[in-house]
Amino acid sequence: MAKYLLLKHYRGAPDPVNDVPMDRWTPEEISAHMQYMHDFAARLEGTGEFVDAQALAPEGTFVRYDGEGRPPVTDGPFAETKDLIAGWMVIDVDSHERAVELAGELSAAPGAGGKPIHEWLELRPFLTAPPTITE
Amino acid sequence: MDEALLRSLTPTVIGVLVRRGADFAAAEDAVQEALVEAVRGWPADPPRDPKGWLVTVAWRKFLDVTRSDAARRRREERVDAEPAPGPASEVDDTLQLYFLCAHPSLTPSSAVALTLRALGGLTTRQIAQAYLVPEATMAQRISRAKRTVSAVRFDQPGDVATVLRVLYLVFNEGYSGDVDLAAEAIRLTRQLATAIDHPEVAGLLALMLLHHARRATRTAPDGSLVPLAEQDRRRWDTGSIAEGVEILQAALARDRLGEFQAQAAIAALHADAPTAEETDWVQIVEWYDELVRLTDSPIVRLNRAVAVGEADGPRAGLAALAALDDTLPRHTAVAAYLHERDGDPATAARLYADAALRAPNLAERDHLTRQAARLNTRRPLGERGARFP
Repeated sequence: MAKYLLLKHYRGAPDPVNDVPMDRWTPEEISAHMQYMHDFAARLEGTGEFVDAQALAPEGTFVRYDGEGRPPVTDGPFAETKDLIAGWMVIDVDSHERAVELAGELSAAPGAGGKPIHEWLELRPFLTAPPTITE
Repeated sequence: MDEALLRSLTPTVIGVLVRRGADFAAAEDAVQEALVEAVRGWPADPPRDPKGWLVTVAWRKFLDVTRSDAARRRREERVDAEPAPGPASEVDDTLQLYFLCAHPSLTPSSAVALTLRALGGLTTRQIAQAYLVPEATMAQRISRAKRTVSAVRFDQPGDVATVLRVLYLVFNEGYSGDVDLAAEAIRLTRQLATAIDHPEVAGLLALMLLHHARRATRTAPDGSLVPLAEQDRRRWDTGSIAEGVEILQAALARDRLGEFQAQAAIAALHADAPTAEETDWVQIVEWYDELVRLTDSPIVRLNRAVAVGEADGPRAGLAALAALDDTLPRHTAVAAYLHERDGDPATAARLYADAALRAPNLAERDHLTRQAARLNTRRPLGERGARFP
């Protein structure tokens, strides 16, 4: 089994095909979208492939060590707007192909007009610890 | 095996051991060992006096550990030299534990974890699940908290306000996994209320009961938020409301007003209205004035602006809002709501979308996005045209 991170972006990913901002959808379309994601996660729980999903706030803070006794620097550099990440889902699947397949499904969540939004999801494999036994 | 009974006895037994001179961490460990023995032995051989049994076994465990630990010799002598404990009432023992678990030397999150563990009798795993952190993380948090309070000697009562704040934190954490923290907070506050006669303890208990009564209606089956005005009032728990109101009235009659009583009074006025339209907003504003006087909190002022908007119209609400710092959490959401009621859906939609980006949790974000969507998609000449009339 291998873990993959599916990253949803606020901005930075290529525009989805069905590119209407969410506050321009109808409330029913928003509900349908949420339900799709919820059902998707529930189904992966059923198949034993779901690990975690979390949403992120749009703004964060950059912090770095700046020498003994000094406060951490928090006023920049700021993230470029193209790098904003909206949330993630972690899945634990048997193969890269399966991860791609599931990311494709998640990307098909319905949007405005009930049509799939075709958003881009970034798929990143987790690095794992070296095995204790190698054959 | 009655797990609820064991859980309810845990704090009392720890309290007895602490009163007899055991430090907190040692008392807690000894009681855990006694509980393990109870789980093993009780099904075949149930004791006639479960509490007495637990106290005896836990005390023996504590003495075993103390004796076997050479470094603790001196303390053992001190404990042995102390006069035999008198017949202390059990409420006093538990009360002491409340003050210990909410001790000011603990951070709020440690105090909450320790309270759930020692007073609630929850397992580390249950607490970790409720707070969505790994069990190892929570175990560390709890043992650090125990070390912190181990040095605390208990000869004077602690600060009731600190205890109430911790219980309020537990309540607000609400529900997740198989542990219902809101119900747990109510149980603990109820227990505290029987141990201590204090109008603010009653105020907090009333507040929790009144909020809890509406809980089932606050979210839709899909997890989305249902605003107060749209909740199905027939599904409110009238038993809880009646109990909350009764406790509140008795507390108010004592004329020692505090912030929890004032908050409970506002909750009671909402609970009392048969429909949202019949809410007594004028009286609610008066209670918010009391709360502002008691707490001087900007969040209270923000809530007051909402109430003013209902009592005196959206313009008055916006005027009250204008006096406040617009970086306050939910400030934008309140502004959006008041602008909508003032007949300006375009501004309201923009503010709702803006507020959604600043929402502190997912349910609120989705709710605010829906509000923006509702206004944006109902505007006849919007960008979407007549596709969704």
